[in-house]
Order: sequence, then C-alpha cells, then structure tokens
Amino acid sequence: MKPTDTTDPEYFHKVVDCQYACPAHTPVPFYIRLIAQQRYTDAYLVNWESNVFPGVLGRTCDRPCEPACRRGRVEEEPVAICRLKRVAADFKDDVADRLPKAGPANGKKIALIGGGPSSLTVARDLAPLGFELHLYEGEAKAGGFMRSQIPSFRLPDSVLDEEVGYVLGMGVLTRFNTYIDSMADILTKGYDAVYVGCGAPKGRDLPNLPGRVEADANIHIGINWLANVAFNHTDKIGKKVIVLGGGNTAMDCCRTARRLGGADVKVIVRSPNAEMKASPWEKEDAIHEGIPIIDNHVPREFVLKKGRLVGMNFEKVKAVYHDNGRRELVPTGEELVFFPCDDVLIAIGQENAFPWIEKETGIRFTSWGTPILNDDETLQSTRKEVFFGGDAAFGPKNIITAVAHGHKAAVSIDLFCRGKDPGERPAPHVNLFSQKMGIHEWSYANTPIADKREAVPLVELERALKDRALEVELGFDPETAFIQAERCLNCDAQTVFSHTLCIECDACADICPTSCISFVENGAEDDLRGRLTVPALDTDQDIYVSDTLDTGRVLVKDEDVCLHCGLCAERCPTTAWDMQMFFYNMAKASPDLVEVE
Amino acid sequence: MSYIKPKFRHPGLPRNALGITVAEYDGAISTLCAGCGHDSISAAIRNACFLSSIPPHRIAKLSGIGCSSKMPTYFLGKSHGFNSVHGRMPSVATGASLANRDLTYIGVSGDGDTASIGMGQFIHLIRRNVNMTYIVANNGCYGLTKGQDSATADLGSISKSGAANSFDGIDLASLALLQGASFVARSFSGDKEQLEPLFRAAMAHNGFAFIDVVSPCVTFNNHVGSTKSYAQTREHLDVMPLDYVPMRDEIRTQYDAGTSRGVTLHDGSVIQLRKASVDYQTDDRNAAMLAVQEAHDDGRILTGLLFLDPNTQDLNQNLKLAGKPLNELSTDELCPGSKVLNSINEGLR
Repeated sequence: MKPTDTTDPEYFHKVVDCQYACPAHTPVPFYIRLIAQQRYTDAYLVNWESNVFPGVLGRTCDRPCEPACRRGRVEEEPVAICRLKRVAADFKDDVADRLPKAGPANGKKIALIGGGPSSLTVARDLAPLGFELHLYEGEAKAGGFMRSQIPSFRLPDSVLDEEVGYVLGMGVLTRFNTYIDSMADILTKGYDAVYVGCGAPKGRDLPNLPGRVEADANIHIGINWLANVAFNHTDKIGKKVIVLGGGNTAMDCCRTARRLGGADVKVIVRSPNAEMKASPWEKEDAIHEGIPIIDNHVPREFVLKKGRLVGMNFEKVKAVYHDNGRRELVPTGEELVFFPCDDVLIAIGQENAFPWIEKETGIRFTSWGTPILNDDETLQSTRKEVFFGGDAAFGPKNIITAVAHGHKAAVSIDLFCRGKDPGERPAPHVNLFSQKMGIHEWSYANTPIADKREAVPLVELERALKDRALEVELGFDPETAFIQAERCLNCDAQTVFSHTLCIECDACADICPTSCISFVENGAEDDLRGRLTVPALDTDQDIYVSDTLDTGRVLVKDEDVCLHCGLCAERCPTTAWDMQMFFYNMAKASPDLVEVE
Repeated sequence: MSYIKPKFRHPGLPRNALGITVAEYDGAISTLCAGCGHDSISAAIRNACFLSSIPPHRIAKLSGIGCSSKMPTYFLGKSHGFNSVHGRMPSVATGASLANRDLTYIGVSGDGDTASIGMGQFIHLIRRNVNMTYIVANNGCYGLTKGQDSATADLGSISKSGAANSFDGIDLASLALLQGASFVARSFSGDKEQLEPLFRAAMAHNGFAFIDVVSPCVTFNNHVGSTKSYAQTREHLDVMPLDYVPMRDEIRTQYDAGTSRGVTLHDGSVIQLRKASVDYQTDDRNAAMLAVQEAHDDGRILTGLLFLDPNTQDLNQNLKLAGKPLNELSTDELCPGSKVLNSINEGLR
C-alpha cells in the first residue's frame, strides 16, 4: 500500500467516528472534554456553532454518532453523546453575550420558506454577514416539525423557544401565520435568493383500506394529529388506540395518546420488530410506558359497528428474504386478527408536497416528488436562485440532517449572492497540534476509564402519564455527567507517526492494549490487513500505513479499536509517535461564530 | 506518565489451546525507559508462553538485580516470581527446580547480573544443568547506574561519555558452550520472529537453556560508536531463521525441500531451521564455538540456535530424584514408618 496521506484532513476526520457520522460534523470529543471540565457554556457554544439547537438535539437527536462511537466496538455501549449534549445545555450560563450579532447590511435579501431547523440554520449562518432575512412560517411560532411533531414531554417548549429565539434574535424578519401558496409570487418580490425549508408535510394515509371513509372521524394522520396536540387544538383521544407504523413518529403518537386518555394503546407494525425504523431507545421508552409493539401484522380493514369505528382487522405475515436482499411479507394463512379500538393514528411515513411551486417557475421535480438539485453540496435547484434543504430536499430525515443542509445552503447562497460559483466549496477548518506536556504527559485525560454507560433517570411513570407537558427524562446530574464524559476515548487525539524518527524498537507494538500496531512487510491492502497482529477485518475502518522503514518493513496501525490512550507515544523513545489534537469544523458561511479556546 | 494499562483489549484477540488470550500473560506496565530492548524481550516471553499454551500459574519467573531483573514485573502477572539478591538468581532457581520439578522456570538476568557479580553462580548453574530457560538481556552497559561499560561491552565500543572500552568483552554464549550447556542460543530484542520460537523451544527443552539477547540500552548505549545500538546491531546481524512446531501440532507449514531441516526436541516438538541456517549442525558443540568465533572476528553477530543436545539429563534426573515434585510428597511418602525402616534394617543385617 501507499503510505497514508495524513495531510488530507479527511483521513483524520474519518478516525473521529462520532464527528464523521454526524451530518453537521459536530466536534463531539471536544465538547465532551469541556463538559468533563465543567465548562458547560463553552461546550454549549461548540455545539451551537455546529448544530444550532444543542438543547433540542440533546433530547431528540437521532444520534447517528452513537452507533458509530468507537467505545461501542471496544466494549458494549457507546458514549452517551446525545444526553451529554443536553448536559451542556442544562448547566450552561447565559450565552447571549457570546453569540454573534447581525452584521452590517450587505444589501442582499433572502426569503426563507418554512421556519424549521434548516431555515433557521440558514438564517443563523447568514445573519452575521449582513443578509436581510425574511422568514415565512404558516404557524404562529417558528420551529417547524421540532415544534409540531415532537411532543413536549420529550422537548419542553421553553427549550425550543430559547434556541429558536437565539436565531430570530439576530435580526431575522419573521412573517408568522403566513402560509406561502405561490412560489411565483415570492419570486416577484425581489429576493436575491430563496431558500425552501418547508419540510415533508404530507402524512401518508391508507385511503383504500375498507372502512377508511366511513370511520374518518376516528382516524387521524399521525403528524397532523401531533401538530394539533402541540398547538392545543386536540386534547383527548379514545380509551383504546391503535397506532399504525414503526417509525419514531409512531412512537411519539403512542406516547402522546397515553397522556391524552389512551389507556390501552398499541403499536401495530407490518415488519418484524427488529426492522422497525424507530430508534431502539424510542421503542424502549414506549414499552416502558406500557405500550405493546405488535409486529408482523398488516392492516386489512377498519371495522365499524353502527357507523362507528370499533376496531381493525390485521393479517399475520412473516418476513421472507430473497437472495437479492429483497424482503417480502408473506401471509401466514391464519385467520384475520381483530383488535378493538376507539381511535387509529396512522404514522406510516410522510412525503414531500409542493403544490405551491408552479411549473413556470422552472423548478423541476423528480418522479419521487423531490426537487432536482444541482448536487448534494450546493442544494441549488433548477432555478438558480432557489435552494432546498432539510426534509424538503431529499424527503424525511431528521433535525441534525436538516441543520447540515442549512449550513451547506447558507454557503451556497452566500457564494451565489457574491456572484461566485456555489460549486466551488470552501475547505473545512482544520487544525492539528501536539498534546505533549512533559516527557510522558498529555494535555487530555488519556487513560480510558472502565465505567459503564448509565441510562438517564426518568420521572415516575404515573406522574409522566398525567401531564403531557412534563418532561420525562431528567437529564444527567453533573457527577454522572462527568463519569459519562470521561468514557469518551478522545478519538480526536490522533496518533501521528513520523517514519524518519522510528528506530523500530517495537515498544509501541508491545504496549498497545488493543494490538493495533504491527511492523510488517508491505503488501496490497487485503493481504496487509490479514497479516496484522490481529487481522483488520472491518474494512470501513482505515489502516494507517507508514512509509518504508529502515528494515524494509512498514508500520501499520489499524484504526478500528485504537483507544487513543497515547501509550504508543509514551513508550516511543524518539517521538516518532505523537498525540496530536485534530480539530475539524465543516465550512460555514460565517466562519468562527463563537470563540472557545 | 501512564502507570495503568487500559483494561480494554482487541475483541478479536486469538485464543490459545487453553482458551485464553495473550492478555492473560500481561504484566504491569513497564517503568523501564521508553524504547528499551528489554520491553521487547518481555513481550516476546509473553507471546511465547501464550503460543505454547503454558498455564500462567505453572510458570515461575526468577531474576536478580538490574534493569533486566526488573523485567519479570512486566510480563506474566499471574505467574510465580522471585526477585533475588544481585547475581544470586541461579541458587534460587536451583532450589526452586529441586523443590518443584514440574514448573516452567524462566530466569531473566543481565550482563552485570550474569557476567560480573553473578558469574560464579552462573557457571555452576550450567554445570548442574538445571531445567530452566536463562535469558540474558545484554546491553553492554550498566543502565541502572548511568551506563558504565559492563563486562560484555565489546572492545573499542564507545560509551555515552565518549570513552572507548579498552577490554575485550565476555562472550556469554561461548562461555555457555564451553561449559557444556545443553541449549545455547543468541538473538536480538528487535527480532521477535526469531525470539519467540527460540523462547518456546527453550521452555520445551529438558535442561538448561541459555539465550543471550542483544538488547539495546536506548538511554545510555544507543549512540553512534556503540556496538550494541539498534542501528549497529541490525547492520551486523547474521540471522539463522527458525520456527518452532509444538508436538501436538501437525506441521502445517509446508517447507520446500532443501530449505528447511527439523531438529526434534525430547518431547517431540520440532525446531525448523530455515533458509540460511538449513546446513547448520546444531548438535556439534565444537562447530558452534567456531561459528560464533568466526562471526565475531568478522564483526557479525550470529543469531539463532547455536547448539542443542535434546537428550541431555537435567539436574533432577541426574540426582535421581523422585518423579513427583518434592514439595508434593506427603508425610507418609517422606516417612514411610517403622515397618519400612525395619525391613530396610533387616536387609542390612
């Protein structure tokens, strides 16, 4: 293999698994260290710069970082990254003084359609540059699906209001209760660019199921029903409730139903439990609240008696997997199963809908109903001054993906408004510096602790079910947060190797607790991976290959389960190994929004 | 400085015949200088014991005083150990071996502990053929007292203070050959491919196995002009490669005809001499002494298995001691009673 090019920041970026997996590339180990140092405000600001809604995300994020966490490969459970983010938000001081302000006007005017996380991110990134930002929102408050879909027992309004307020406070001109019904109209208003961040607002229905029309009064589309609850239009539901669907919206529906009078709430899903889209922790939360999840049941009809919904019939199926990977749900042939109910919530997915974007605007759509975009980075539509992001761009995802789109779109809009090519993307901000403090001392807590992951404490179930607005999770206290923060392996403390200094004494290979380091003859990657001290079988994880050493061998480090403990560098007599802190921040329209040392 | 080795290990670590990983053979974290050759030897001993599936509690580590003699702390944390007086490890080893002939004994010593203060004991240990593996971590200097020349420092080698050594060094391998050691080898701490099979063969050998390991002192003897630095040693190495195949394994590796030759040990395990060493006669003591001398004259360091007598009689056999370890003999066995005494007395009448 050729020597690894560590001058390409993407190599070390990929080593920081959590940050790499985060769509917004939040520097996770960095803020976790700040939490361990009780610098909650700094930890919050590091988050805020990357993901704009730390308090919201610390409660609701889909956490792609956690399955990626290296700790999960070294022992069973990853670091509690998401809930540590909440710790930063919970214990921070007033941050108002440290947030950026709107910059002097640059004469450019931008329309933001929809007040959700992606639009707000665009606003946050562009405001310091002096853009005049007009935010259009159909509801009375900004927040989008963060407000309408996430129940307040998971995300208190106060948290959302605070973080939405930080963005709007940067001089964003809001037009609430203003539903945009014509793109052509907006395009006549002299905006230099238009950002569409209106989400994927159409909940899927089961229009052809027998009894659907007749039982309509007791059948609700999940996201619409959640929005009605959030805006206090709905405050009760029948005693027996069936929730159809296996995603996170279904979990929010069933738990909300429990709080609005649903005593017997069931989730019924077509696929096997293990293949449900809902995050494992959201399923656990539902089960904890006494909600059974019944899998392998396909809805067949709504059953009515005297014109009123009394239950539903389901067909039992089993999953059969074909050679090409396709899954088929095959009926078991058993009789239909009847479940009684008073109300049904349909939470089987949502779709993009742009009835308000006219053909003549020149904005074209794919057969899936999503806009045709220049590419995933620019998010520019077929009409040059119109950009899409969040769920509106590629269909339903999650908050953190919407934020990441917002950052990218803001960069594109800024470049576009300055007459530059949005395709020429600015480089990420990177830094790499040694952590050496003494002969064998590092400026980070390098010895991994053996403590296990702890679950966040919850309020008593009985109290939780009585009050829809009472937050269920209590968050970590500072003592627990410290231990949980210390579980982080500091994967951003990179092992950097200089082959010219190495005397091949083997000290690093001998000391490495996880046998990551080998001195071997070079070869093709597959061959080389097989010849290491412990073969490097996970090809998603890179191997770090040095230039040829004096004996003709190369040093190979398997990044997979490296503890970043620094022992290789401590035991190196010539400083051929050094622990260097790698900082990476994805390119944003306004660089350096906050200052944290 | 980290004083604790994290407890996490690679989840894919291989397991040996006992079902345990190499982590079970780890010791405390080393406090020797970073890059010390001795740490590589420690790791090679650990790996060798793991590969040979020796239960850690059936091993005893013995040492004297010095950097080398600190080493046993850094491997086999679950084995027996005795850190003796300077140069007196041989008498402790002899006693231990007589008391319990069933343990695997690993003696770790240095050039000072063996070639200076312990020379008298060392020679007698060879003469008595105590069943043990005796490893000298040989760095040619007194690393623990700031790097003065030791008795094995080569003539002309420049010390860190800049003075050339004016004495000829003691060659411990030659000495062991001359004194009749039944297993003599030499190796280099930076060559685990050779060290590990040598250690495994030495532990399988029934009798005294001596291994002189050149082990650079990274702090006091790793500079230009030193004959025992990493660079200088690597440059002058004359390696006789070998593999060790334990008896219970069928020989899986296929060697091309003429490129390998097997030497069988008393327990049926085989040392495979490879490539350059295929013609080397390990059973010829005189030839071994000549080969070592010739290499020395050419400024080369000949490493590998220099001599082996697989059919030697160790101390326990020589003294015709009970087959059962002495420490396991019960009172009844040691003092069989008046009936037996009477019958012996009767036999003498």
